[in-house]
Amino acid sequence: MTDLNTSGAAPGPRPKISLMVQDARTKKRNAAERRFRMYGIIAIGIAVLALVSLLTSVVANGSSAFRQTFITMDIYLDPAVLDKKGTGSIEDITKVSTFGYAPLIRSAFETVFEKDNIGVDGLAPKDAADLISPEGSAQLRRYVLANPEEIGDTVSFDFLAGGRIDGYYKGRVTMASAELDSNVSPSQLKLADQLKDAGVLRTKFNLDFLTNADASENRPEAAGLGVAILGSLYMMMVVLVLALPIGVAASIYLEEFAPKNRWTDIIEVNIANLAAVPSIVFGILGLAIFINFAGLPKSAPIVGGLVLTLMTLPTIIIATRASLKSVPPSIRSAALGIGASKMQTVFHHVLPLALPGILTGTIIGLAQALGETAPLLLIGMVAFVRDFPGAPPEGLFDPAAALPVQVYNWTQRADPAFVERAQGAIITLLVFLLIMNTVAIILRRRFERRW
Amino acid sequence: MEDMYHMDRAMAGSQDIKISARNVNVYYGDTHAIKDVSVEIADKTVTAFIGPSGCGKSTFLRCINRMNDTIDIARVTGNILIDGEDITDPRVDPVQLRAKVGMVFQKPNPFPKSIYDNVAYGPKIHGLARNKTDLDEIVERALRRGAIWNEVKDRLHEPGTGLSGGQQQRLCIARAIATEPEVLLMDEPCSALDPIATAQVEELIDELRQNYSVVIVTHSMQQAARVSQKTAFFHLGDMVEYGETDKIFTNPEDPRTESYISGRIG
Repeated sequence: MTDLNTSGAAPGPRPKISLMVQDARTKKRNAAERRFRMYGIIAIGIAVLALVSLLTSVVANGSSAFRQTFITMDIYLDPAVLDKKGTGSIEDITKVSTFGYAPLIRSAFETVFEKDNIGVDGLAPKDAADLISPEGSAQLRRYVLANPEEIGDTVSFDFLAGGRIDGYYKGRVTMASAELDSNVSPSQLKLADQLKDAGVLRTKFNLDFLTNADASENRPEAAGLGVAILGSLYMMMVVLVLALPIGVAASIYLEEFAPKNRWTDIIEVNIANLAAVPSIVFGILGLAIFINFAGLPKSAPIVGGLVLTLMTLPTIIIATRASLKSVPPSIRSAALGIGASKMQTVFHHVLPLALPGILTGTIIGLAQALGETAPLLLIGMVAFVRDFPGAPPEGLFDPAAALPVQVYNWTQRADPAFVERAQGAIITLLVFLLIMNTVAIILRRRFERRW
Repeated sequence: MEDMYHMDRAMAGSQDIKISARNVNVYYGDTHAIKDVSVEIADKTVTAFIGPSGCGKSTFLRCINRMNDTIDIARVTGNILIDGEDITDPRVDPVQLRAKVGMVFQKPNPFPKSIYDNVAYGPKIHGLARNKTDLDEIVERALRRGAIWNEVKDRLHEPGTGLSGGQQQRLCIARAIATEPEVLLMDEPCSALDPIATAQVEELIDELRQNYSVVIVTHSMQQAARVSQKTAFFHLGDMVEYGETDKIFTNPEDPRTESYISGRIG
């Protein structure tokens, strides 16, 4: 033992230590590890906090968009107003404009006032009728034109309350703010309260927010996401139909068949670069090529879909190539070794194994495209579209909106009621993204196989 | 018993020539991996390639079914004749060649499919079965010849990847023989297996000799001595010595062979 100590190696022998006590170096290393774990927990904490505050804010502001104040009234469809000549022919009925339906609502209010003995001093039935959205008369007219035989009957209607009245029950409008507001008076709010007590006015779930088309500046209560959802859906269809086959074909060729030379290197670098190109550049490209050069219609889902396809392709190609690369080479050797051709090897063995990765990449690319706004602004999808696009494929060429653009559009409007609707649209968008990501996870689990 | 076994092997050695390689050179980029190798491999014989790691024995094996084609930087010169036909000829389709020359790899690599589909895949793509009954027969015959039928007959539709390592390797051998090849190449087929599985595969190789020309690359000299009738010793890309297994192991001519066999190099 002593011999070894004297003739030992240059740094000297390791001193004999007890394992029961930590030495200085070990303590230092353990402390460093603890610190690093703390940093990690702090980082995750910040991320979670950001996510939670984002979601809370969106849900708190936006969930009210799915509830709307309605006023239920029995309307006497007066033949003296709607069908002056008494012919009952649809042409004559059509001649009565939306404006001509206002007296019906006014007289319905009079009936309510008499029956329930309510009313506010100095508030004429005409002002009371303003509690109902301008959409009310239009709704009435649509109903009568669809059912002209019911003229002369009394029908019960659920009318949307005006934006300010709705805002009153959502805390956006107060008596104090109504004093200063030219659109609503405190006495109208008082009347609304009386109507609520009488059970005429209710706030309830509003599915129309998801199915209605957009509405104009002064009718926020009638604005819905229908056209935007349909437009986004059409664009996703175009992206899926174009980007998936093109992207997968390009990746398979590059990964499995293409010779490795300078040309394929250049292509590879450029695909990686394309993924990093700002999306608005794709919008300008789409405007120049698809609209100005190819002459496709503006605001159409087909153009939006094409632009988003260009944008999604690099994502899909990169994801597909990564999942093709991750298929073990032994599978390729096995297939080639028993005499499968290159193509049989790829399609029978490599592609099925890469499928979960490809699908996940595709859905993530689609989700990215679904939330993309900038390129769509440039191809005119920001336009005010009130008509639903037709059924595909013709409908792809009709003007439509898109979900993220609708959000942008609504945040630009003056009426504060649109803020709530924009937040509601964000919730809808997030739900769609959540669904797509869930589908991606399920598909991945389903197709995943071990080897 | 042991003597009879040796006699039997010695007799089997005198067979027709199946594969004849002439002046084969392989380059990986600038590396000269195989240097001017000429060898004649007999039919219905097990021929072993031995040598230290990186000596080129696997590379040479991969020339016989042109698997080196799949490596971009590999270049092969010289001629390899199977039944007198030059397989390096550009007219030869490697896909057709590989149906005739089966291969078993170092690591068992069953497809992540059922046991049945693993074996049926080759016959299917080569159109060997006219109908389902035919295919069932082919699969059963291949699995029987692969000495794995009794273990898997009740679970043909379970994944091949769920078998043990030795079973997987025998499944891969069954998959290779299902396409009715004439030559079977085996690249260190037992290196990933335990001794019991190795013994089973070696026994199988000895049986396969009755129908095929088997070429096996191995790291284990004992294995070469146990299963082969002919042995070729490779060293640094050269084929140093080729002859009867018994002679190589008992009375090698080249000093390098002797050094390797006695454990001084390798």
